[in-house]
Amino acid sequence: MFGYLVRRVLIMIPTLIAISVIVFTIIQLPPGDYLSSYIAELQSQGESVSGDKIAFLREQYGFDKPMWQQYAIWAVGMLHGDFGYSFEYNLPVSEVVGDRLWLTFMVSFSTILFTWAVSFPIGVYSAVRQYSIGDYVLTLIGFLGLATPSFLLALVLLYLANNWFGTSIGGLMDPTFVGKPWSWAKLVSVLEHLWVPVVVIGTSGTAGMIRRLRANLLDELQKQYVVTGRAKGLPPGRLLLKYPLRMALNPFIADIGSLLPQVISGAAIVSVVLSLPTTGPMLLQALRSQDMYLAGSFLMFMSFLTVIGVFVSDLALAALDPRIRLEGGMRR
Amino acid sequence: MNAPQDRTDRLEHWVSPEPFRPQVAEEMSPDQERYFMATQWRLMWWKLRRHKVAVISGVILLLMYASILVSELLAPYNLHVRHVDHIYAPPQGIHLFHDGRLIGPFVYGLHYRLNMETLKREYQEDRTKIEPVRFFCSGERYAFWGLIEMRAHLMCPAENGTLFLLGTDRLGRDMLSRILIGARISLTVGLIGIAVSFVLGITIGGLAGYYGGWVDNLTQRSIEVIRSFPELPLWMALSAALPVTWSPLIVYFGITIILGLLDWTGLARAVRSKLLAVREEDFVSAAVLMGARPARVIGRHMLPSFMSHLIASATLSVPHMILGETALSFLGLGLRPPMTSWGVLLTEAQNMNVVALYPWLMLPVVPVIVVVLAFNFLGDGLRDAADPYK
Repeated sequence: MFGYLVRRVLIMIPTLIAISVIVFTIIQLPPGDYLSSYIAELQSQGESVSGDKIAFLREQYGFDKPMWQQYAIWAVGMLHGDFGYSFEYNLPVSEVVGDRLWLTFMVSFSTILFTWAVSFPIGVYSAVRQYSIGDYVLTLIGFLGLATPSFLLALVLLYLANNWFGTSIGGLMDPTFVGKPWSWAKLVSVLEHLWVPVVVIGTSGTAGMIRRLRANLLDELQKQYVVTGRAKGLPPGRLLLKYPLRMALNPFIADIGSLLPQVISGAAIVSVVLSLPTTGPMLLQALRSQDMYLAGSFLMFMSFLTVIGVFVSDLALAALDPRIRLEGGMRR
Repeated sequence: MNAPQDRTDRLEHWVSPEPFRPQVAEEMSPDQERYFMATQWRLMWWKLRRHKVAVISGVILLLMYASILVSELLAPYNLHVRHVDHIYAPPQGIHLFHDGRLIGPFVYGLHYRLNMETLKREYQEDRTKIEPVRFFCSGERYAFWGLIEMRAHLMCPAENGTLFLLGTDRLGRDMLSRILIGARISLTVGLIGIAVSFVLGITIGGLAGYYGGWVDNLTQRSIEVIRSFPELPLWMALSAALPVTWSPLIVYFGITIILGLLDWTGLARAVRSKLLAVREEDFVSAAVLMGARPARVIGRHMLPSFMSHLIASATLSVPHMILGETALSFLGLGLRPPMTSWGVLLTEAQNMNVVALYPWLMLPVVPVIVVVLAFNFLGDGLRDAADPYK
């Protein structure tokens, strides 16, 4: 197990390097840079910009260096916790980002919990009562959740939350708590607001999870040992819980890897609609204004979260499922 | 005749006059023959046909794709015509009876009043104005596919009347017409995107599966890297990188290619694992021994044996792309007006006022849901039918 852990960590390093190269390439893709549009803006306002000043700015931001050096500075800086400089806010990226990373993490984490909490009973129910009316209805609802664009669902839920519960519009907390230090009341307010994004983001993932759990459980339920157990008079509840359910649970863990990118994607657009103080809206804004280091850090952070998620799910799966041989590829 | 007594109760010896056929047990009835001799694709079709939901979904999709051929004909109005007197008009219901009298399909005229207190536009049905819908009529002039000048419409408003079956938007443009014509973009985005990802997936997955070794390793690692990007933020970053100076049409192709660029990984993996399985089969060894080049071995001999699986999984990823385009356009990073897709139409429904006051602006989501569901069901059916020998 320890050897596997070390090897798995070592694989993550080249993956993260490759990701950072791709991210850097993408944020460099748009023609021009923030500086040239900034200079154009100054000129359009009638201010003259001297060549000296331009050269100074270029040098300060490192735009005069070759591409690979810019990348190296950015990548090495990230290792030290220095994510570069946000041109738009005139602040280091780490200061602009602030709480947002933690809130993103919190929203994603609660969404995954929500997905599990909802899909587990539904998946079990529709497998045990296959082809019953309840199975069909739940499957249909799951499909509808899959097919509805999340941003629209967010709008409607927001409207309903506002009308029925009087929750203030958008955001992750009551406006009075913004910028205040964390307190009990603030946490309560956050929890009150959290359910809308969590439900919206979770809905699309839930459908897939239900279907996988249902399929897995159905496969298990047809196996011989279940038949034997039933023939020997094991009570149905115990028969279900003791073995088949445990086998069918693997997708819950194995899917964190594919669920997490999905959740983060969903969170990105939903948080724009709900104006959540997470990474999504700021990423959008940074992309629009070519604030490259800010956008790059967000992309990097989201990918990092995904890589970590896959790592954790691999470890958990290896620990939980004895059938997975860690050595891999030795026997044929 | 002269047989001994004890043999009289024997059965009479009987020989069938028909010629003796030793293989009779192995011969098949016409029904069996039809089944066993059927091609793989025919078997798949039979199997798919039993999956009712998939068939219905397929028919719905066919109808929708057929409609984009004649969108302008079906739409009562043109895409960009503004009705300044009817801004944010609610949907007009179609009626058949007026005062208990059958009139045929008609709508009541709209009476418009600006509420001076709330400054809200209020529309009321004017029960005295009966505006029968005209069918197969000549209405507004348009250019069919931007080429042929035509005036024919499936249905038009009455003379001097209006026909806003799904209401109008903030410029007084008819929503129904915009949804019908927007389908042209929204429905084709997925197809072009899937074509891109199909080509990439088959080529890359094919190379990895056929050559194995370091090619395979490299591909696997790159797929892992690409997979660990959250999709939507990466789409956002890539489409933000499309130059603003590009014409809407080029932006459209750019977006479809971006959608396809991230999607090929799943297909490539499927192709690779299938190739690894098929590579050991005898017919492949035979082809290689006869001197066929790799491209021919992959394309002519190996691919057809699992093409059906690929088509099924491609069908399942089309809705993904349609939703992706909708999300991107909604965020303002995808297609821009005057290009009209369902996502572009939905940008109008970006705040809560719309939900509260003009809910009909959210209607473009209905075709999105229908198409996504239909593709999902059809894909499920295809996947079940993909292996008809099971």
